[in-house]
Amino acid sequence: MKTPIQIRLNGEDVAAFADGGANLLDVLRESIGDLSVKGGCWQGTCGTCTVLIDGAPRLSCVTLAESCAGKSIETVAGLRRGPDLHPLQNAFMERFAAQCGYCTPGMLMAAKALLDRNPNPTRENVVEAIAGNICRCTGYEPIIEAVLDAARGDSRRRA
Amino acid sequence: MLELRKDIFADERDDNLKEVGQPTQRQDILGHVTGTSAFYDDHRFSNLLHLKILRSPHAHARIRSIDDAAAVRAPGVKRVIRAADVPVNLNTLLSLIQFGKDDEPSLATDVVRYRGEPILGIVATSERAAREALALVRVSYDPLPAVFDVEEALKPGAPSVNPTYPKNTFEYHGKYDHQKLRFGDVEAAFTQADVVLEDRYQMSPIEHAPTETNGSIAVPDTNGRFVVYTSTQGLFFSLDTAAKINAMPSNQLHFIGGTVGGGFGGKVDTLTEPLAILAARLTGAPVRYRLSRHEEMQFGSPRGAERIYVKDGVMKDGRIIARKVRAYFDSGAYTRLSSYAVVKCVAHIPGPYTIPNVYADVFCVFTNRTPATAMRGFGVTALDFALECQMDKLAVAIGMDPLEFRMLNAYRDGDMKAHRREAKNCALIECAQVAAEKANWPLRDEFRRMSSRTGGAKAHADAGAVRTVAPTPTAAAARTAAPQRVPYDRSSATAPAHTAQPPTPPRSPPPPPAPPPAGSTHGAPRFSSVFGTRRR
Amino acid sequence: MTITVKTFARLADAAAALASERGARFMAGGTLVMRAVNEADPAIETIVRSTDPSFLNVAVSSGRVELGGGVTMAAILAERELAFLHPVARVVGSPALREAATVGGNLFATRGDFATALLALDATVMLAGGFGQRELQLDEFISRREHGASLVLAVAFKRPPAEALRFAKVTRVHPKGMSVLSIAAQLPLASGRVTGARIAYAGMAPTPLRAKAAERALEGRALDAAGIAPALAVAADGTSPADDAIASAWWRREILPIHLRRLLLGANYA
Repeated sequence: MKTPIQIRLNGEDVAAFADGGANLLDVLRESIGDLSVKGGCWQGTCGTCTVLIDGAPRLSCVTLAESCAGKSIETVAGLRRGPDLHPLQNAFMERFAAQCGYCTPGMLMAAKALLDRNPNPTRENVVEAIAGNICRCTGYEPIIEAVLDAARGDSRRRA
Repeated sequence: MLELRKDIFADERDDNLKEVGQPTQRQDILGHVTGTSAFYDDHRFSNLLHLKILRSPHAHARIRSIDDAAAVRAPGVKRVIRAADVPVNLNTLLSLIQFGKDDEPSLATDVVRYRGEPILGIVATSERAAREALALVRVSYDPLPAVFDVEEALKPGAPSVNPTYPKNTFEYHGKYDHQKLRFGDVEAAFTQADVVLEDRYQMSPIEHAPTETNGSIAVPDTNGRFVVYTSTQGLFFSLDTAAKINAMPSNQLHFIGGTVGGGFGGKVDTLTEPLAILAARLTGAPVRYRLSRHEEMQFGSPRGAERIYVKDGVMKDGRIIARKVRAYFDSGAYTRLSSYAVVKCVAHIPGPYTIPNVYADVFCVFTNRTPATAMRGFGVTALDFALECQMDKLAVAIGMDPLEFRMLNAYRDGDMKAHRREAKNCALIECAQVAAEKANWPLRDEFRRMSSRTGGAKAHADAGAVRTVAPTPTAAAARTAAPQRVPYDRSSATAPAHTAQPPTPPRSPPPPPAPPPAGSTHGAPRFSSVFGTRRR
Repeated sequence: MTITVKTFARLADAAAALASERGARFMAGGTLVMRAVNEADPAIETIVRSTDPSFLNVAVSSGRVELGGGVTMAAILAERELAFLHPVARVVGSPALREAATVGGNLFATRGDFATALLALDATVMLAGGFGQRELQLDEFISRREHGASLVLAVAFKRPPAEALRFAKVTRVHPKGMSVLSIAAQLPLASGRVTGARIAYAGMAPTPLRAKAAERALEGRALDAAGIAPALAVAADGTSPADDAIASAWWRREILPIHLRRLLLGANYA
């Protein structure tokens, strides 16, 4: 018996049928087809699967999908407005804040959660905001700089 | 901020480069920040099946029996894959370049040799169904004595890990149980040295822990081929390995990858593709074989642990005159790429330093651990850790600045390396000078004036100076190299000797310089550590 | 096997289902249960949850605090009246984890930082199960390891005097890391002397526990170097730390008195 789930994903109403006990990450990727969300551990420890649920950062791999019924979910696929990228996306590109790119969707959502609540974060705020997101490539510094740039509205190309 | 020191080696540089040296955006970063870069799992199929593997809980055990009857009948199970189903169930990765003997099964047959070794596969309609079916498989084991330490593994009577290599070492060229490097006479040099320093270095295995675990999806294609989406770092390498194990012509496989969610060397072992393809052949459906995070830690190959003994002889004036290395690579239960790692390690000894007497023995050892693989600086990084720790200790022992100590001993153009090749395009000195400048690390004038292009053997030969390259080692008379460069005058320095040294015996006159190495001739036999002697 | 999810508007009904359904496990935020479900833990066949608003209730009166079992770490951080708990809630996991990690769930975590603070606050836990409802001292609940069979409705404790609650989390990775060990201490003072100290550890035993020997040794003492010395001497009494991937038992025993000393002489840190 599959469970019907209806959510608001990146501003659009979408629905899917999910197995009982399915987690949100699997429903987003497998049933709804939003492949912008990635899975790293399926244990709730690496942060790769971070999405926003009603504005709050959440680990989709340990979130029961049906508990999200009627809620508003944001993923990386919904960050850009048509052709225009979100300031975070521009800042990440300019600061070389991604190498393999696998942690990037989760990082962007964790950063967005921060900036939506605190538009003027300190460096310490940024470090804490991404504390739950593991990156194995960049060493984190470019990511922190990118988030601070985006907060400052500063996404000019750097030499 | 990227700074290019074009003033260094300026006369060798043809500076008409437009892209090199300019920062540029990665061509894939737009895909990364929009979540559209396609990793192997970013493809959907309506009838996707899931392959999960039963793994050995023992480091070493005989498999007495496997009862999978309940698993076969379990809900959602489409196929159980057993060892007998694997067309070519013994392989070694470097068989693709005829290096090494096939030693590793894709699914264990009678013996398991490391914890996590694959024994059996279940293909089911969901991951959950596959996991639940795995729990129904009954395997009975007879545990066997296991060995986890590289030196223990080489002692007589140690448990034999890998039947292809019963003495627990890889065999080079069919008969040598280790790789050797010989240059000069280290034992004689140790008697001459002012200080002899010996130490042991141990690395742990290191898990790459990429955020994306190893995995692949094999999809039957319309024309009887298979499309394989994979996380591999080496598409063609993995394709050929999978073709061999599946006894398929390689033109029946189409590997698609390229976006790897973190590799660092941990996605070169072709861990998932062969069985994913087999599962797709046996079921006629697309099959995903994805490692869980736990499997990535336990079964995913780590950087191999290494144990390295280094014994150095150094003069009070700063010259290292002897370096002796004995190292053991822990390959785990099977060869994979460790045989090659050892070759690379030996090729790097004694580090980027001109040392006239070098001796190395490096072993590729089998233990009952997870088979090891490459990781960033494969074969070299751990050795460098050991060597550079030694360099610091030696500098302290003779009371010399550690940076100046390295510069003094660095290769210069024309120096003869222990591998009997001339050092070329050396730049360690210049790098050290710039690093010192950036770090405000004081260097004496003489060191700020040093150059990789002067003071080497070639420069001395050109200037008519006599330069010794010691021939093959014999006993007796000290044959340390004549001073190769301006000696560092530290006659006032008192350095603590680590071992009591006998008085220096009188030196015999240096033998005439060795002829320069012959240039490569097409068709001439050449010896390669990997391929042995063969004609080009 | 398919998992069944049963959601109840009233906690009492959820508790009843927990007692009667096969392989039932109560899920609050999901950080523990969903991980087990992802790994196809055969013990879980039914997920029981509740949308009862009382589960998320935070009630702070003069003198008493009651937190519903479903109150998240993030909710605690948003509550000014609970500022004395912020140093604890802030170091539980990551921002995303704190949106899901609950007061009730933390009682089932082997190294529950929040549970450790609740022990130091002498908390009681309101349980519901096949037996109906009852209230239990938290340390009794934890030591009895009544996992799975009962639902944590709420925890309650006397509001501590200002500055009385101290908390230290010892990790190797900052800001987010698994604790090597954590220490919570409530140190009420009367005329500069400790009366009725409560000290609790996480990471020094299979569950969080009270450091009763250290508590007794602090009774009537001043919080200075000489005063706390007897407590430090018995800091590890009654503990049974394990070797695990985070640290060895030996290391934990070595550093425990050092961190206890810092906490008793100073203030919170993490």
